[in-house]
Amino acid sequence: MINASLKQLSQALAAKQISSLELTQLFLDRINRLNPTLNAFVTVDAEKSLNSARAADARIAAGNAGLLTGIPIAQKDIFCAEGWLTTCGSKMLSNFVSPYDATVIRKMETDAGLVSLGKTNMDEFAMGSSNETSFFGPVRNPWDIERVPGGSSGGSAAAVAARLAPAATGTDTGGSIRQPAALCNLTGLKPTYGVVSRYGMIAFASSLDQAGPMAASAEDCALLLNSMAGFDERDSTSLERPLEDYARDLEKPLNGLRVGLPKEFFGDGCDAEVMAAVRAAIGEYEKLGATMVEVSLPNSHLSVPAYYVIAPAEASSNLSRFDGVRYGFRAENYGNLDDMYMKSRAQGFGAEVKRRIMIGAYVLSHGYYDAYYLQAQRIRRLIANDFVEAFKTCDMIIGPTSPSTAFKLGEKAADPVQMYLSDIYTIAVNLAGLPGMSVPCGFAGGLPVGLQLIGNYFAEAQLLNVAHKYQQATDWHQQRPAGLD
Amino acid sequence: MNQWEVVIGIETHAQLASVSKIFSGASTAFGAAPNTQACAVDLALPGVLPVLNKKAVECAIRFGLAIGAEVAKKSVFARKNYFYPDLPKGYQISQMDLPVVVGGEIPVVVGQGDKAYEKVVHLTRAHLEEDAGKSLHEDFHGKSGIDLNRAGTPLLEIVTEPDMRSSDEAVAYAKSLHALVRWIGICDGNMQEGSFRCDANVSVRPKGQVALGTRREIKNLNSFRFLKEAIDFEIQWQINEIEEGRKIQQATVLFDPDKSETRVMRTKEDAHDYRYFPDPDLLPLIVSDEWLARVKAELPELPTQKRARFINELALSAYDATTLTATQEMAAYFESTVTIAGKANAKPCANWVMGDLAGRLGKEGKELTDSPVSAAQLAGLIIRIADNTISNNIAKKVFEALWNGEAASADQIIEQQGLKQITDSGAIESLVDEVLAANPGNVAEFRAGKEKAFNALVGQVMKAAKGKANPQQVNDLLRQKLAS
Repeated sequence: MINASLKQLSQALAAKQISSLELTQLFLDRINRLNPTLNAFVTVDAEKSLNSARAADARIAAGNAGLLTGIPIAQKDIFCAEGWLTTCGSKMLSNFVSPYDATVIRKMETDAGLVSLGKTNMDEFAMGSSNETSFFGPVRNPWDIERVPGGSSGGSAAAVAARLAPAATGTDTGGSIRQPAALCNLTGLKPTYGVVSRYGMIAFASSLDQAGPMAASAEDCALLLNSMAGFDERDSTSLERPLEDYARDLEKPLNGLRVGLPKEFFGDGCDAEVMAAVRAAIGEYEKLGATMVEVSLPNSHLSVPAYYVIAPAEASSNLSRFDGVRYGFRAENYGNLDDMYMKSRAQGFGAEVKRRIMIGAYVLSHGYYDAYYLQAQRIRRLIANDFVEAFKTCDMIIGPTSPSTAFKLGEKAADPVQMYLSDIYTIAVNLAGLPGMSVPCGFAGGLPVGLQLIGNYFAEAQLLNVAHKYQQATDWHQQRPAGLD
Repeated sequence: MNQWEVVIGIETHAQLASVSKIFSGASTAFGAAPNTQACAVDLALPGVLPVLNKKAVECAIRFGLAIGAEVAKKSVFARKNYFYPDLPKGYQISQMDLPVVVGGEIPVVVGQGDKAYEKVVHLTRAHLEEDAGKSLHEDFHGKSGIDLNRAGTPLLEIVTEPDMRSSDEAVAYAKSLHALVRWIGICDGNMQEGSFRCDANVSVRPKGQVALGTRREIKNLNSFRFLKEAIDFEIQWQINEIEEGRKIQQATVLFDPDKSETRVMRTKEDAHDYRYFPDPDLLPLIVSDEWLARVKAELPELPTQKRARFINELALSAYDATTLTATQEMAAYFESTVTIAGKANAKPCANWVMGDLAGRLGKEGKELTDSPVSAAQLAGLIIRIADNTISNNIAKKVFEALWNGEAASADQIIEQQGLKQITDSGAIESLVDEVLAANPGNVAEFRAGKEKAFNALVGQVMKAAKGKANPQQVNDLLRQKLAS
C-alpha cells in the first residue's frame, strides 16, 4: 500500500480491502518513524487526521465517496487550514492557527474527501530552492540525507519520495514544485496561472504563485489536479473556465507530437550527466512518435534578473501584513510603535526573507521604480512573447528542470546568486504564466534527474498525457530511495 | 491682503453607499461594536485576497457621468505601502496612474443675493480606494486599541484642480459636491460620521504671478464651517509668513477647531515613499460600453440639468435655481408645488419654498420630508394669493394655520376664518372716508409733505378692515381722496 498509486488506493478503499483509517494510520506510523530524520513535516496532528479518515470511511460506507475520498495527502504549510498551525516555514507565523480553509484545502479535503496527514516543511514564505531557509530547519533528501530536497516545496517532495504520504500539494513561484520534484524523483505540475485558486495560499509573489500536485506519477498528478483546480470567486485572478478532466487524454498516442528544444536550455551551465539523461529522454520521445524541432527563447537569460525584481517587489508588499499587530510573532520588549514593528519583523523573519523584502522595497522606491520594476515587467512580456513564438512551431517544450542534481546541505546557502541560478530553467515559465512539469528521467551519480515539460496555456491535460506516455515506456518514476523501510 | 491671490484645491473622501466593503463581503454599517464588521479579508489574515465590489464601481461611474467626466474604460488598482496599526495589510488599495474617473466639472454659485456669482470648478480625477480602520488611544491604559470595522469601506476620492480663489468658493464647491453625491445616491453625506470629509490644499501668490505658491494641505475637515475657518486662518497665516520674510514649507496640517488654528502634522521631509505599484491580486477594472449605458439609464435628472430647466422654463434666477436644486427633496417639493400652482406662479412658489417654508422648517429643526405643509397645500395658498383672494400678509396667517393643521387646505382656512380679501371698492371707500374724517392731524401732515403720514393712514384703513382690504385698492383710493 505504501507504494500504491492513487488509483490503486482508490480501488482498495472502494473494495473495502483497507479503510481510510487504516491507510491513514499506516502513513502516520511512517511519519513517526522517518520524519525525525527527514524533517519533512512541521505539523502532524494524528487525531485530526484520523477524524478526517473516519469521516471519509463514513462517506465511503454511505456510497457518496469521490475517487480520492479517504486517500491521505500531505499539505504544504503555505495553505491555511482551519484549526491547523499554518506557519509558512516562518517564526513569524510559528503560533498562527488559521481560522479558515484555503480554497485548495476546502476543495481537496471537504469536497473530495482527501485526508490531511499534516503540514509539510518549506522554505520560509516559499523563498528558497533548498528548504534551508525554513525556521523549522532543513529538510533532508530521502535519496541522500546529506543533500537538500530542493525548494521551496522541499517538505512535500521529501514526504512523497520517502512515501510518508502518497502525494502532496506544492506551490510554484519560480520552480518550487518542479525543482524539488526533480531533485527527489517525483512528478510535479505547475498549472497555468489562474487554474488553481490562490485564496488561502499565503502569498509570496501574487502574479507568479500557483499551486499544483506533487506525486509519484503523471496519472496521480492528473487525479489530484482534478480535485484542486477550478474557478474561485474569492480569487480575482482565478480564471472562469469550464471544469475539465485532466486525466482525459492520458492514453493519447504521441504520434506527430512536435517537441521544441530551446537552444538556450541546451548550452553551457548544465551538468553534463543531467544533460545526458535529458538527451536520453528525448530519444525515448522520438521512439514514441514525437518529432524534435529546435526553437529559441532568446530572452530566457533575462528571466532570473527579471524574476528577482518582480518577485521581491510583490513579496515586500505581501509580507507587510506581518507586523506583529493582529496575529503571529510580536517581539517581547519594545519601546514605541516603530520599535515594535522593527523588532517583531527583525526577529520574526529569517535572512533570506529580509533580503528579498529589502530588494523589493528598493526596486519599488521612488526614483528606482522605472529602472527596475517597470523594466522587469517589460522583460516579462518579452519572455512571454518568446514562448508565443516558440509554440508556433511546436506543441510542447522540453529541457532540463534543474541544471544540477541535489546539492549538499550548506553548499549554496552562503551564496544567494548560486542558489537563485538553480531555478534558471523554471523561472521563465512562471513569468509567462505557462504550465510546466518535472518528470523523472534518470539518475546522475545516484541522484534523480528531472525532465521539464512546458506546455502552452491551459495545456495541462496534454502535458500530463506527454508525461504519462513516457512513464509507461520507462520506470524512472518507479525508483524509490533505499534504506527507508 | 489685496496684493495676494489665494489658490485652493480640494480633495474629498466620499464614503460610497454600498452595503458591503469594497474588497470583502463585510458590512459597512456605522456604529457597530469594534471589530464585529471585519472579516478575514479586512483583518488581512495570511492568504486572503481582495474581490472588487461592483456596487462601489457603479457609484464611481454614476459620479463620473454626473459631472461630465470621462469614465475610464480601463483603470488600475495600486498598492500604497505604509505601516500603521489600523492599516491591516500594510498597504492601502487605491488607484494611482489610471483612475476610474478623469476630468469633469461642477458648477457652483458663490455668495447670496445680488453678490452671488457663478463659477465652474474643474475636477482632476476621482478614484476608488479603501478606507483604513481606526486607532483608539483612550481607555487602554497606555496602549492603543484598533477597530477595523471601517477598514475596507469604499471611498471615492474626488480631486479638484486648484480652481478656487477664496474660502467662500471652497465652501460653495464643497456644498455643491455634497449635494450632488447625495442627489445621485452614492454617499449619505453624513459629515459627522465621516462619510464626507475634505482636505484643502491652500497656497497664496502675488496677484499676477503665474507660478503657484507652496501649498500646505489641511487634512480631514468634516464640516463646512471648519472648512471655511481653517482656510481663512491658513490664508492669513501664509500671508503673514511671507510678508515677514519667511518661506512657506510644504506641509500637511491639522485644523484645531477649538483654537481655530492649523498646526503642522508632517513636512515634506518626512513624507512617505509609498512605493506604489499595480496590485497583482486585482485585474484591471474594465468598464464596458454596455455597463456605462446601463448606469447612465438609471441616473436621475441631475441637479445641473434641473437647474438649467428651472432657469429656462420657469424663468427663475440662477440663485433661486441653485438653491432649489440643492437637494433632491427640495427640488421635488418645489416641482410638485409648481405643477399644481402653475408655471406662471413659479417665482412665488420659489419664494415660498426658499423663504417662509425653509425658515419655518429651520426654526423647528425639521427636514423638508417632515414638513406639516404639503406641496399641494402650499400650492393652494399660492393660487389664492395670485387670484387676489388674499394678500401676502394674510397668506402668512393662512400658512401658519396650515402648519398647525387647523384645516386641510388654504381655501378652508380662508373660508372658516373669513380671511377673504375685501375688493369691493364701495366698501373700501367708506372705510377710507371714515379714517380720513377721524384723523385730520395725519391728513394735515401729509398735505404739508410728510409721506410718513400717508403710511399711518393706510395702516388705519387696514386696521379698520381687519387686514382684509386689498392693499393696492386702499392705496389708490387714499391717494385719490387726499389729492382732491
